[in-house]
Formats: sequence, structure tokens, C-alpha cells
Amino acid sequence: MSKRLHTHYLGLDLDNPLVPSASPLTATLAGACRLEDAGAGAIVMHSLFEEECSRDHALLHHFLYEQEIGHGEADDYLPVPDSFRTAEEHYLERLAEMKARLQIPVIASFNGVSSRGWAEYARQLAGAGADALELNIYHIAASAQECGAAVEQRYLDVLSEVRQAVPELPLALKLSSRFSSPVHLVAQLQAQGADAVVLFNRFLEPTLDLDTLKIIPQLKLSTADELNERLRWTAIMRAQVGLDIAVTGGVHSAEDVIRTQLVGAQVAQLASVLMQQGESVLGQMKAEMLNWLDDKEYESLDQLRGSVCHANAADPSGWERANYLDTLDLWHP
Amino acid sequence: MARSETRMMDGNEAAATIAHQLNDVIAIYPITPASVMGELADSWSDRGRRNLWGTVPQVIELQSEAGAAGAVHGALQAGAKTCTFTASQGLLLKIPNMFKIAGELTPTVFHVAARSVATHALSIFCDHSDVMAARTTGFALLASGNAQETMDMACIAEMATLEGRVPVLHFFDGFRTSHEITPVQVISSDQLHSLINPRLVQACRERALSPEHPFIRGTSQNPDLFFQSREAANPFYDAFPAIVQNAMDRFAAVTGRQYRLYDYHGAKDAERVIVVMGSAAACVQETVDHLNARGEKVGLLTLRLFRPFAAERLLAALPASVRAIAVLDRTKEPGADGEPLFKDVATAVFEACSEGGWPGEGLPRVLGGRFGLSSKEFTPGMVKAVFERLAQSGGKRQFTVGIDDDVTRLSLRWDSGFRNDAAERQVQAVFYGLGADGTVSANKNSIKIIGGVAGHYAQGHFVYDSKKSGAVTVSHLRFGPEPILSTYEIQDGEADFIGCHQPQFLQRYPMLDKAAEGARVLINTDLSGEAFWRSLPAPVQRTMIDKQLRVSLIDAYQVAAEAGLGKRINTIMQTCFFALTDILPQDEAIAQIKAAVESSYGRRSRRIADMNLAAIDTALTHLVEFRVPEQSDSLIPMHQVEVEEASRFVREVTTELIAGRGDAVPVSRMPVDGTWPSGTASYEKRDLARELPQWEEDLCTHCGKCVFVCPHSVIRSKAFPEEHMKQAPEGFKAVPIKGARDFPEHTLISYQISPDDCTGCTLCVEICPIHDKSNQSRKALNMVPKEAILERERANWRFFSQLSEFDRTALKANTMKGSMLMQPLFEFSGACSGCGETPYIRLLSQLFGDRMLVANATGCSSIYGGNLPTTPWTHNAEGRGPAWNNSLFEDNAEFGLGMRAALDKQSEFARELLQALSDRLDAHLVDELLNAKQGDEAGIEAQRERVARLRERLQGLDDPRAETLGALADKLCRQSVWIVGGDGWAYDIGYGGLDHVLASGRNVNILVLDTEVYSNTGGQTSKATPRGAVAKFSAGGKPVAKKDLARIAMDYEHVYVAHVAYAAKDVQTLHAFQEAESWDGPSLIIAYSPCIAHGFDMADNHEHQRLAVESGHWPLLRHDPRRAEQGENPLKLDSKSPSIPYEAFARTEARFSMLARSNPEAARAFLEQAQQEVSQRYHRYEQLAGLSWEVVAEPKEENEHE
Repeated sequence: MSKRLHTHYLGLDLDNPLVPSASPLTATLAGACRLEDAGAGAIVMHSLFEEECSRDHALLHHFLYEQEIGHGEADDYLPVPDSFRTAEEHYLERLAEMKARLQIPVIASFNGVSSRGWAEYARQLAGAGADALELNIYHIAASAQECGAAVEQRYLDVLSEVRQAVPELPLALKLSSRFSSPVHLVAQLQAQGADAVVLFNRFLEPTLDLDTLKIIPQLKLSTADELNERLRWTAIMRAQVGLDIAVTGGVHSAEDVIRTQLVGAQVAQLASVLMQQGESVLGQMKAEMLNWLDDKEYESLDQLRGSVCHANAADPSGWERANYLDTLDLWHP
Repeated sequence: MARSETRMMDGNEAAATIAHQLNDVIAIYPITPASVMGELADSWSDRGRRNLWGTVPQVIELQSEAGAAGAVHGALQAGAKTCTFTASQGLLLKIPNMFKIAGELTPTVFHVAARSVATHALSIFCDHSDVMAARTTGFALLASGNAQETMDMACIAEMATLEGRVPVLHFFDGFRTSHEITPVQVISSDQLHSLINPRLVQACRERALSPEHPFIRGTSQNPDLFFQSREAANPFYDAFPAIVQNAMDRFAAVTGRQYRLYDYHGAKDAERVIVVMGSAAACVQETVDHLNARGEKVGLLTLRLFRPFAAERLLAALPASVRAIAVLDRTKEPGADGEPLFKDVATAVFEACSEGGWPGEGLPRVLGGRFGLSSKEFTPGMVKAVFERLAQSGGKRQFTVGIDDDVTRLSLRWDSGFRNDAAERQVQAVFYGLGADGTVSANKNSIKIIGGVAGHYAQGHFVYDSKKSGAVTVSHLRFGPEPILSTYEIQDGEADFIGCHQPQFLQRYPMLDKAAEGARVLINTDLSGEAFWRSLPAPVQRTMIDKQLRVSLIDAYQVAAEAGLGKRINTIMQTCFFALTDILPQDEAIAQIKAAVESSYGRRSRRIADMNLAAIDTALTHLVEFRVPEQSDSLIPMHQVEVEEASRFVREVTTELIAGRGDAVPVSRMPVDGTWPSGTASYEKRDLARELPQWEEDLCTHCGKCVFVCPHSVIRSKAFPEEHMKQAPEGFKAVPIKGARDFPEHTLISYQISPDDCTGCTLCVEICPIHDKSNQSRKALNMVPKEAILERERANWRFFSQLSEFDRTALKANTMKGSMLMQPLFEFSGACSGCGETPYIRLLSQLFGDRMLVANATGCSSIYGGNLPTTPWTHNAEGRGPAWNNSLFEDNAEFGLGMRAALDKQSEFARELLQALSDRLDAHLVDELLNAKQGDEAGIEAQRERVARLRERLQGLDDPRAETLGALADKLCRQSVWIVGGDGWAYDIGYGGLDHVLASGRNVNILVLDTEVYSNTGGQTSKATPRGAVAKFSAGGKPVAKKDLARIAMDYEHVYVAHVAYAAKDVQTLHAFQEAESWDGPSLIIAYSPCIAHGFDMADNHEHQRLAVESGHWPLLRHDPRRAEQGENPLKLDSKSPSIPYEAFARTEARFSMLARSNPEAARAFLEQAQQEVSQRYHRYEQLAGLSWEVVAEPKEENEHE
């Protein structure tokens, strides 16, 4: 195995930094196998959504265990199967299957927001063999009563709960970019025991249907334009915090991956590009990355990783406000 | 003696346990109260449970009980050990095959949860009329009295039938035994192996049909030999009692439980004896013990084997001292000189005396008594009354007990205050819960906990509601150190504990009457201290003081909410019950409740388990003792039914039934033929909703959709002259009607709810399409807290109700607004909140209710339509309304066809008479009557006026034909027949009849309320169940596609067919109903009806209908033969091709989605098949609808000369 694309993420040695992120592509064993065969360095499993778990529990509660209506002719309506497996159980089974079949590391993912139940579930994921856990804390701060510090505290509380439950399991937190002081938060997360952050979560952006005036949920695939914000914050954080960083959102080419490495990320997570171009794009990217290393006479990604982060950049102000006016001046109507 | 475990179970489980162990094939069909046996057998086989011989029994659901019996017969003839379960009408449907099975001396056991046979009314409750109807079949009849006996007799029946070849009908009392939970020592497999002779099982196989040793059976015989053949089997019947007794003796040797064909209990020198079968024997037994302990000499003869009747053995079991015998029959044979058991015993005694075989002095008196019909309570006081009757000389030989027969004076008076000793050794507890709050399941759980502790016996009996929404359950629980025999409800003054799980029940039900002196009372309430006391009705306060009740309060809803359990208060109340009673040490009880929670939820849902455990832990910290004041100061009365303007019958009978005092209504007040007034549901005022819809008149466009979807006909619209507003109460809303050109000047419209009849389902708000332009969340209807508007809306409803209906002849019936201004003649039913069926029935009643006869198949619609005390079917101000009857489950189409034939014949006869009398009548009137166009409301109304004029003229004619014509004249007006029922009827049990009626070409309208399962009996699979849906009897997902009834019906090109879903396309539904009614031939409307059995919140009912249509699961279509007559394609597709994946529909309903969790591979395969099917089906329909419909040239006759 060539070591030129090697990276080290969440305590795991990866062949390369190309990590398919939580998406339908990583939801099945077959999909995961295809990604491994195509050259992925690791995979982040499809997220288990808290809503999915809640829906399962509600289904069990409402429609299976508590069906009685008090009528003499029927105590219940739906038979309760012995083998009913909740979303959590299904996820654990899939994880175990992937661990049994794949050589590359498998990072479990949980997408939720409440503080209830993370610890127990993290223990189960660790028990099922997850190499690491990515916590996707998806919180919309929609309350006038909730201040910014309280929002950050949510993340810290969840992390603390899980950290205590699985002291040995590498943990990554997938964050949104909407924090007043992202670096400060990440520093606190590191202090609480986070091993990595994933920058950044992409929010579901609902829209309005003008015919029905209904709110329509939608999730669009990322575009390469989204990468820049991630690069900036990775560059800034890399210089100040020691934990690992994964970039996700907008990584669509080998050049993009190299950019993530230059600013200091350990891995680049991919989804949209895989959905659009298929798993084979991984092999192409690897080849192109090696070509670039050759062209630029780098030995390896390890060599260049972080070389243009905020601390190491020739012009660190480029990652801050300093280039604001210059950029504006470039625009001519 | 082999060991066995003790488990808490009911009689159904006891019977099914043995049946599943000892059979290879089980043929089933659901019927209350026996459905559970089939469900258990099916679920056990689905889980791979093996029978005694190591193979998993094959459980097959048939299309009817008749079908099940046929399958049983076939399976038996082919050599499989086979059984079935049934009750009531189901048993009647099996009778023809039972004659065959018995005639062929084929060993089998039919397990029957005995239930009343429908006569003047259907009843799901217990008596032996079904069993007695089968007593001539040649089956042996073996009775059990409790769950333990049920398990034991199930085994003994199998032993005996294998040995004696006489098939056995094993029966036990519906609900009292089939549903009552008590401790049962389970017969182990080892014990069964030692009891069931494998050689006899093999003998069955050897007698079976086989091409390896062919013969024929089931021949047709002639006068020369049929009679002798029947007599040839006599030795088998002669030997059978001894075989059964021998089986009982062998059973005793293995299990230690000894039974006898005729078990005597009581004084050895008893002079008075009661002979009885079934669960009532236990009540007699404990009363016999009580009376004998006080010096009386009485006894009980429990009869287990009724057929073959072994007279000598029965008489031998009686003490020689007996001077008077009361034979109690739980059945009625009208016109007979006594009921069956009485007749047999009387004959036995008489023959013994006449032949010198009677051991005593002289002929004892033998009296016959009827008791317990349809689960009428049978109490120690009644037993005592029977013994007292035996002590009196003279009087009628026949009596009844348990009712007040003030007509034929047959009933015995009894002391309702009499109590025997049994209660002193028991703790008795009564719980009043809401059907959906988990009270019954918690109590079943408590019973199992207590009964599972060594040295404790327990009994749980549950009384359910006749309603499906807001149902009230009453749980009767007994605990004690000895086996509990009391087979009757806990009586007044007996309960040591009363649990009131809903505070409003205190005002509606006199539950504290049940409390003993000093009893504990636990009330779930959010009030405390003085506020709680002030909320109580005066009689409740007084009872608390007089009986020195110890009252505890808990805000269980708060505890549940804090624990995340929503409104599920069951484990909280259960914890408090154990804390307030000393049946078990508190710590032990709580540990057991927690263990039960772990067992129920722990493996499946940690979260649910944790929530329940948290609730248990915090429950006791919220439990507070309430000190009952010494003085009552309340002025609040108990709830009264308002019937000021009601008929005398309603005031004297209906109100008593609503108030729960029906048991005391005497015979003289009963209709003699099952005829009851309609329009009575409006008296119930069940006050179920916590929030009510409020009309915002400024936004409303008067579209009528809210009225159209309301399942309980609670929201109404009415158009009326503005001048009526002068009398309107303050706050009554009405606005000028939109589309005023269709109405007289100054016409207002109002949308009004009946607040005490609303269930709060929210569907009217959901369907409302109008939003405030400045506030999207505000609609023209919005749910608001009930308290804020209740009194105002009550006054408004009273005013609205007395406003005259708008002239229906002036309404545009084919528009939503116009049709929704028509008065519903189906209102306030007890159907589930959000029911998907009732909007169709209400629509029917609005459009045609004043002129229709309804034939209603047994099922949900017959229950919410005709389950007393009241009926939602009602009438208009002129006294016209739907005339409704329910015949059976299986015959509904034919029942309706009979109605049509009667109407047509009478109409024809009336027309003949009219023509015959025409020269003596106004010729113009006669001509108009004979040639009236009655295609619309105005035409029908004009004909009614002509008929009224005709009747006036006829009164002056001195001709007997005039009187006949007067009686038949209303048949000159258009009257329609609507045949209504569910998919269980239309697709399965009644399909043959339905097909025949469609083929008949007669003018009937058939409405199939398709819930895609047998809803009323608990969601069993029908042929309407879609592929992949999980339902009872299809636990692994239905493996075959739903039957396309519409397409089958369209094959008869003269049938109008429609597929509708009212919330997906309301106007299409409306037009389909009108087109069906107007088509002079058979019409079939198949109506998509979301149901709680689908596994989603019924508040989302409409969205699920839309998804069903958009996914192609439920294409909308109308096939109108009139179009074909005009050379057009008769089929019109009213929905677009599937626009969303089938999965997008299926994943929203637990009936589909649960399979994805239990068997994802199968679920995926089903989904793919279903997707293909719905796509193809739509495509095929599209092709059919696209065919050109030109006239096809007919072949010309060939000219022979050419």
C-alpha cells in the first residue's frame, strides 16, 4: 500500500483521506463494499436519526403495545411480531455486518438533538464494533429564550454524556457553521474529550410551495462553492486546536481534497460527488491526487497537511477579513 | 404424577393451547368471543411453535365459518388431526358439516366460546343458544366452567374423540370464561404424551381417504338403507359416556385433577339440587357451601357431558334424598315445553321412576329455569332464590331468574343484597378506565403478578363498552388465598378498592355504590384539597362520608407527561393500587411491576421501558391522601340524560340504558320484536372532546368540506332566513350565504357544532382549505379549548337544532355546498374518533336518507349503527328517515335484494290497484301517479304530495282494494335500497351473495366500507387486505394481492361501479353516490375507509387517503353503464397515474412499516411486487378506459341457398 495518501483520523490509520460521509450510499452492506472496492479510506455509516428512533418507539407504543380501545370485540388490531427490530437494532446489525466484511474502518453516525439516550446507544455502537462515532448534533436554535452559550452547552453536554459512556471510543462531532465563535467552541469540545470535528453540517433548508403555502422540506446536493467556507474555518482552527478535522460539504474533486489537506484537515468526506458520478470517482481522485503530488514534488499528504493553515499561510490574513475590500474591488458591474 | 407450571390465562388461551398441541391443521375464521383462539393458534404457528408430534400446525383462514367447517371436514377426511374454533352464528354455519363429520364418525374437537345466537338482536355475549342449536348434529357436547377446566376438557375431549370416534363440541362461556383471567395449571407436553394414544392418532390416518387403499365415503343413500345406516352408529354413542369418563379418570391419574361427567357437590342428604352447565356452576357451588354451612341441605350437580346424554350416570350422581331439582338452562327455546337440559333431566327422572330405577321415595319435582341469557348476571342472590323456589310447592314449573318479568310473571324475585361467604376471603377491586388509557392491560398485568405469587389466587373479569370512541371499561379483580369461584361481577357494597382513572366518571357512574365500608378509593385528578371536594357531585360526597371511604388522589396525567408517557397512565395507577392495598408487600409488588415492564418493553424499546420505570418510581411521590370532610356541601347532581322532549319510550327505557340501569328494566317495557326507535344517539351527549372546532365566519367560503368529512355528524351547516336571527342566542354566528343567487334574498348560513357530541378528532379543521391571508395558521375552523366555548356552543346548538331545514328540493344536490346543507340522518355514532367509514354513511343519509331502506352486514357499521342503548340512525322533522336492519354477516346482499323485491312487488301491486280503481279516482291524479318523474328531490316530493292526495280520496271509497292501496301507496314513491357492509362481508363471507345480487340486475345500491381487514373483530386478514400488510392471520405480511372487486364487478357490464376515497376527491365521491342511486340497476361503491387497524393516528386520516390515491393503491374510478348505452366507454378514471412511489404511502402506516422492522427482506420484496401491481393495475385501467366503444357488428345468418 502506498503511503503517499496516508492519513491518521480518529486514531485510525487510513490509506487515504477519501471518506464517504453519512449518506444513503453507506446505508447498506453492498454500498459499503462498493465504496471500499472503489478505494475509500474509511466510511461514515448512514446516520441513525433520532427522529427515526422516536418514530419507531411511537409506533411500538401507539400501535402495537397500546392498541386497546375498550371495545369488547377486539383487544388489539395489529399482531406484535417477535422479531420486531427497532431502527437502533437494525443499525447495530448493519454495523456488525459491515465490520465483519470490510477492511477499512467503519465510523458510526448518529443524528439527533435531545440529550436523552445518547450514552446507552453509544455503548451499543461501540459494542457492535464501531471504529469511531460521529455525533451529528442537528439543532436549530429557534427559541428566543435560548442564548448562544446555551446552544453551545447542548453540544458539550451531549459530548460529555457520550464520552463518559464510551471512554475509549474515538468521537467526532459534526458541527454547523452557525456559531458566533466556532474555534472557541471546538476548543471546548476538545477539552471535553472530542477527538475530531467535522466541518460543517449542511442544514435541511425548507422552502415554501406557493400553491399550497406548505413548508416543503428539501435537501439539495452540495456544490463545490460550499467548500470555501470549510477551508477557511479548517485553516483557522488547525492552527489553534489539536483535534482532528474532517471537511465535509463541497468536496467534489481531487483538487478540493488536496485543498482540505493543505489547510490541515485529516480527511475529506464525500457524498454528493459520489451520488452524481458513482463510486469510481474515488479511484480517479486518488490517481489525480498522486499526479498532483508528483507535479508539485510533494512526497505525501502527510508532508503537506496543514501547510497553508492560518498559522502557516504565507498571508494568514487571507483567511480573515483582511481580503474583504480587495475582493469587493474586484467586482465590476 | 408429572409436574406442570401454573400460568395466568383466559379460557380462550387455555383451549387454544391444547388445540395447537394436538392438531396438524387448524381452520379458522374470526368471530367474537372466539377470535382470540384462532389468533393465538395463528401467531404460535407463525412463530414456529410445534405440536406434540414435532411439527408446526398449519393454520388456515377461510372466507367464512362454513368454509372453515368444510376445510375441517376435508382435512379430517384426508387424515390430518384437525380442529376449529367458533361461536354463535359461526357455529350455526358449521352445522351442516358437523352432521357430516359426525355421520362419518370422525374424531375432532370444535372449541366454542358460547355466545347468543342473533334473534331479535345480535349479541356478542354468552349463552348456550348456539351450542344447543348444534345438539342434533351427532357431536358430543362437553362443557367447561372456567379456564382450568377449559384446558383440561380440551384435552379430555381429544382423548375421548380419538378413542370413541364421536366428534366433540367443547364449549365454555363466552367472555365469562373465554376472557376471564385466572390461574391455570398448564398440561405439559409430557403429560399430553402420556394421555394421547399415538395408535389412535394413527388410526385416524388409516381411516382417511387415500388412493393407496381407495374407497368412497359421502355417498347418496336411498330409503332402503339410510335409516339402518344411521342406527349402525348407535354403539359408538352408547359407549361414549364411559369413554369420556375413562378419559377423565386417566387424566386425573396424570394431572391430579379429577372430573366426572356429572359432578355432585353439596350436602349428602340434600333435598334440593340445582343442575347446571358452564361457569354458573361455580356461583352455585359457593352459594351451596354458604347455605349448607347455615343448616340447609342443598346441592349442585355440574353437568359436563350433555351429549350423548347419560341419564343413568346423571341420576346416579344425585343424592337419593333429593326431593326437588331445578334444572337451569342458559338458553331459550321459544314454544318448547322447557329448555333442552331441563327436558332431558326431567325425562331421565321420569323414566327412572316409571321403570323403578329411582332410588328415592316418589317422584322428585323437577323445575326448569332460564338464566343468564346474553351474559345476564347470575349472582348468589339468584341461586338462593332458585333454592327457595324449590322449597315452595305449586307454582309454575318454568321460571326465569335474573330479570323482572312483569308480563308472563315467570321471574323469581331475588335478594340483590344477599352475599355469600366467598367475598369475606377475598380482596375485591373495581376499576373504571377509559378504553384507550391502558386500564384493562394494567389490570391484566396486576392479575398476572398476583396470581403468579405462590399462595395467591386471582381473577380478572373485564366489562367493555358498546362504543368504540371514548369507551369506558370496568375491571373486576378478585384476589384471595383460595381458588376464586365467583363467576359474577363485584356487587354493590363489596369492593375493597375502587380505582377511578378518569375524574369525570364520578359524575356519570355511581361507582362508589360498589365500595364496601371503609374501602380505599384512588382517583386520578389534577385537583386536590378543597378544589377536589368542591368538584364532586353531592351523592359522591355523601357516599364518601357515609361509607367512611379512604380516598387517595394522584395527578397521573402529570406524572405520565413528566415521564414522557403522554396520556398512558396505566403503570402509574397500577403502582398506586399496589401501594394502597396490602395484597403484596409494596416493594415486592413494585419490583414485579417493573419486571413486567421489562418483559413487555425492555427488549423492544429501552426508551419505553425507561419511561414506564421512571413513572413507577415517581408515582408514589405524587400520591396524596385526601381527608374526607364530615359534611357534604355540594349542589352538583349526578349526570342526567336530557330527554324533556323525548318520547315516553325514550324516557322510560333509553335513558335507563344510557344511565347503566338497563338490568332493572322490566320485560313489559321491552319491544317484543326487536323494533327500536331511531334518533336516540342524540340523547347520549358523551362529552368526549377536550378541544372543539370553532367557526371563523369571516374566512369561511361555505364549501361544505368540514361537514362532508365529519365522522360523527357533529358539524352542520344550515341555510335559513335572516329574520330567525332575532331569536338567536348571543354569540350565535351566521352570515349571508355565498352564491346567493341560488337562495332567496336574506338567506344566512351558519356552521355549528354539537359540542357534547364532538370527539375532538380535528378532521374538520384539517380539511378546511381556507387560511387567513395574514396568518397562515388561522383557518376558517380552528380547534380551541373546550371550556372556553362550551356553554356558548351548547346554547348555539340548541338554537341551531330548532331552525327549520332548508327546502331540500331547492338545493343543488350535486354540489358540495348544496348537499352539505341536507340534514344528516346518521349522527353521533359510537364509532372510533376519526373513523373512515362513517362519513360515507352520513353522506348516504343526507342524500337519500328520507327514502331508503338499509341492509347492514354485521361488522363495525352494524355495531356503531345499531348497538344499543341508542342508534345514530335518525329521522327528519317529517318523520322520514333511513329504515335499517341487520340480518347476518354472510347474507347481507341477499337481505337487501329481498328488500328490493318486496318494494318492487308492492309498487307493482300498488300500480295495479291504482289502475283498477282509476275510474273511481281523479284520472289526472292517477296518470300523474303512474307516470311521475322521480329523478330528483322535487319529483319525489311532488309524488309524496300526490300520494297524500290519493290517500284522502281512497278514504271515501267503499272498496276493499282502496284500503290495500292506501296501505301500499307510499310504494308509489321512489324508495331505494342501500346494502352496506365491510370488506369482510363483501370480499369474503358474503361474496357469493354479493356476486349473485350484482348479477341479478336489480336496482340495489351496495356500499362496501373497505378497511382492508375485519375491523370489528380486531383486524383479521380479509381478501381486501393488501399485499405485504401485516394483519392478524397474516403476521408475516399478506402474501397475495388484494382482490380487485371493482374490476370483477365491471365484468357485469350492467353494474355501476365506483372506487372512491372521500378525502382524496370529495366531489367524485359525491357524484358516485348520486350516480349509483340514479342507476336503475345494481350499483357497487367501494369506499376506501382508513381504520385504526392500519396503524396511524386517525387525525391523519385524510392525508393517508391522499397518499393511497397518489401512490396508485386506491385508484379513483367510475364505471357507468349509461355511458356505454350512449356509445361511450363506461369507465372513467378519476385519479391520475401514480405520482409517488408506493413506498411513500406504505411507510406511513404501521401495518406495512412494521414488517420492514421485523422482516426487511420480505417487506422489500412485497413493496417491489406491490409497486409493480399498482402501476400495472392503473395502466390496465387506463387501457380499459381508453378503449373505443363502438357498436360491434353482429354476424349475419348465412343464407343456406347461396
